[in-house]
Amino acid sequence: MKQFYQLLISHFKEIIREPSVIFWGIVFPILMAWGLGIAFTQKPGLTGNIVFIANTSKADILPKTLSSKLNLNKTFSKGQTCYKFNYADKKSGKVELNFYPKTWDEANLMLKKGETSLVIDFKNNNPAFYFDRMNQEAQLLFIHTSGLLEKGPAYFTNLNTHAEPLTLAGTRYVDFLIPGLLGMGIMMSCMWGLSYSLIEKRSKKLLRRMVATPMNKTVFLTSLFTARFTMNIVEAIILVIFAYFYFGLHIQGGIFALILLLTAGNAAFSGLAVLISSRTANPEVGNGLINAIVTPMMVLSGVFFSYHSFPDWIINIIRPLPLTMLNDGVRAVFNEGAGLSETILPTIILIAEGFIFFIAGLKLFKWY
Amino acid sequence: MATDDRKILEVKNVKKHFKTVKAVDGVDLHIEKGEYLALLGPNGAGKTTLVEMIEGIQHPDEGEIILQGKHWKGHKEELHHIIGLSLQETRFIDKLTTYETGMLFASFYKLGSKRVNEIIELVGLSEKRNAYVVNLSGGQRQRLALGIALLNKPQILLLDEPTTGLDPNARREIWNILQNLKNEINTSLILTTHYMEEAEVLCDRIVIMDHGKILSQGSMEQIIRLNNFYEIVDFSLHKAPAASWNLQPNTDMCIEWNPEKLSGRLYVKKVQEDMPELFELLNRHNVSINQFNYRKATLDDVFTTLTGRHLNEQES
Ligand SMILES: Nc1ncnc2c1ncn2[C@@H]1O[C@H](COP(=O)(O)OP(=O)(O)OP(=O)(O)O)[C@@H](O)[C@H]1O
Ligand SMILES: [Mg+2]
Repeated sequence: MKQFYQLLISHFKEIIREPSVIFWGIVFPILMAWGLGIAFTQKPGLTGNIVFIANTSKADILPKTLSSKLNLNKTFSKGQTCYKFNYADKKSGKVELNFYPKTWDEANLMLKKGETSLVIDFKNNNPAFYFDRMNQEAQLLFIHTSGLLEKGPAYFTNLNTHAEPLTLAGTRYVDFLIPGLLGMGIMMSCMWGLSYSLIEKRSKKLLRRMVATPMNKTVFLTSLFTARFTMNIVEAIILVIFAYFYFGLHIQGGIFALILLLTAGNAAFSGLAVLISSRTANPEVGNGLINAIVTPMMVLSGVFFSYHSFPDWIINIIRPLPLTMLNDGVRAVFNEGAGLSETILPTIILIAEGFIFFIAGLKLFKWY
Repeated sequence: MATDDRKILEVKNVKKHFKTVKAVDGVDLHIEKGEYLALLGPNGAGKTTLVEMIEGIQHPDEGEIILQGKHWKGHKEELHHIIGLSLQETRFIDKLTTYETGMLFASFYKLGSKRVNEIIELVGLSEKRNAYVVNLSGGQRQRLALGIALLNKPQILLLDEPTTGLDPNARREIWNILQNLKNEINTSLILTTHYMEEAEVLCDRIVIMDHGKILSQGSMEQIIRLNNFYEIVDFSLHKAPAASWNLQPNTDMCIEWNPEKLSGRLYVKKVQEDMPELFELLNRHNVSINQFNYRKATLDDVFTTLTGRHLNEQES
């Protein structure tokens, strides 16, 4: 017991005295949730930069079609003339369109740089629209702008008479993202934290030194897992609390099922970490191995985007990956209100996987 | 199995090889209670491999290792409690303090802060008690490693190059600690080293090893006597003696002659008895002496002759 306690606090101290651990474990996931959550959570509204063709970019004359239908504010910033259209109501949100007078050459350059996606040429007061038909954003901008040019601001008012916003919980991008980040956090923390700690101790000959004492190897590993598990749970709780307050994220399903599932995820990745770090004493080899395992799962297992757009045969490979099972399960609890009956299968599989990896790792494990 | 009670460690015909290297090639060794033994050998001699087999970290391909009448197999727990060791190179956890590191290792022996404080005092790290291990100097780390080795008051202490890389003062501090230990508790010690002086000062018995084999062992005097080196005369001459020159009048005397440099070395039992013969010979050939240098033989001379290289030399 004394052994366990001392080992545990040593592991904790080792973890928390490394400032980067706090950053990567706690600050980074929150920053990621915050950044991605904001970037991909679309508020209603429309903003866009539109170019209309003029003889020179200094042109002061506004095409008649524009000036007659819309009330535009002329501004001048960064050497560019810009006519702004602003509109807002509850359903449409904020609409802000910027019209820039440019020559064709300049317009082409802006298209290439992605500074604009819609060009209008008002020949004989008949607007011709130029945009990339494959680009949905440009398409949207075209539809609204052409409507606006035809009907004036009344266009938006009419548009909204029959459009009702959907307010179902769990359908936003953050709702998708946060469970993915939870799963990824557990994977990263186990794989990097545990594997690295073991490999480093082996390369420093510290493992060798420790097993030359009456230290119990099982106690050593258990304490290592316990420390890591506790850290992971703390990190998960912090992330969930942040998401709750900042994005109003709710856990719709069973808390108990969620805890069990996260524990199972920890078990799976702890086992995998032991297996990976069972032989090498070379941190670089360790890095390579960890990356080889972690990177495919980060991309495929639905952390940042759904894997459903992959072809079926790839999906069949992706589904059984531990991170996929974890992410899908956690997501089901958060967004679909899943409970124990839905999560018990992945929970058991994850625990079993962890157990098998761990036993295999232990068989191969080089203490010396 | 009947073993001598005083023999705390017996190594019987132990062999270990790695692929083509015979790291340890048939070593017999024993040590008695309270005895201090130095393992002396150049790089790659097999010292670490031998010591780690005694520590139960590596396993011999052949032969037996018996500690207090017990084999490692089946007595691990017990034997771990009676040995203390420091490896040739161990780095402890960077971000633990000296005290915390001590506490961690103490817990493996079910010891507490009282013992840790004693040890910190003993190895003179009181000032660095709360410093992170990563911030300790090389010498302080070696002392910490020694302290950890001593936590459980081991009956057998195995130290692999405990003073390598230390300055003479730091080295002497460690010697003091070890000498006090010998007087206070009846520990037995096996110490590997490249420093002749360390072996001479600290140890009752010296074992010289190379290429996995023991070349010579005994006290320093014994080794020197055993190998027929007592006293050494280095000399050089003004001109080469005649081709017929032959200085082998006495079987106890042995000569190395370098005809290019006109210099030679004589190993003799007693300089007073053997020199007149040399002088007479030189006179007869009408050769005069340029330089003449006489000293007692040291372990280093024995070592160099036995292994063909100096202690700190790389394996050729
Ligand atoms: N794990 C290993 N794999 C392969 N060869 C090894 C291994 N360990 C030791 N050797 C080889 O065995 C020989 C003896 O090595 P050992 O470490 O015992 O020497 P040593 O006397 O301790 O040397 P040093 O004074 O440099 O510490 C060397 O030739 C070494 O290269
Ligand atoms: Mg060595």
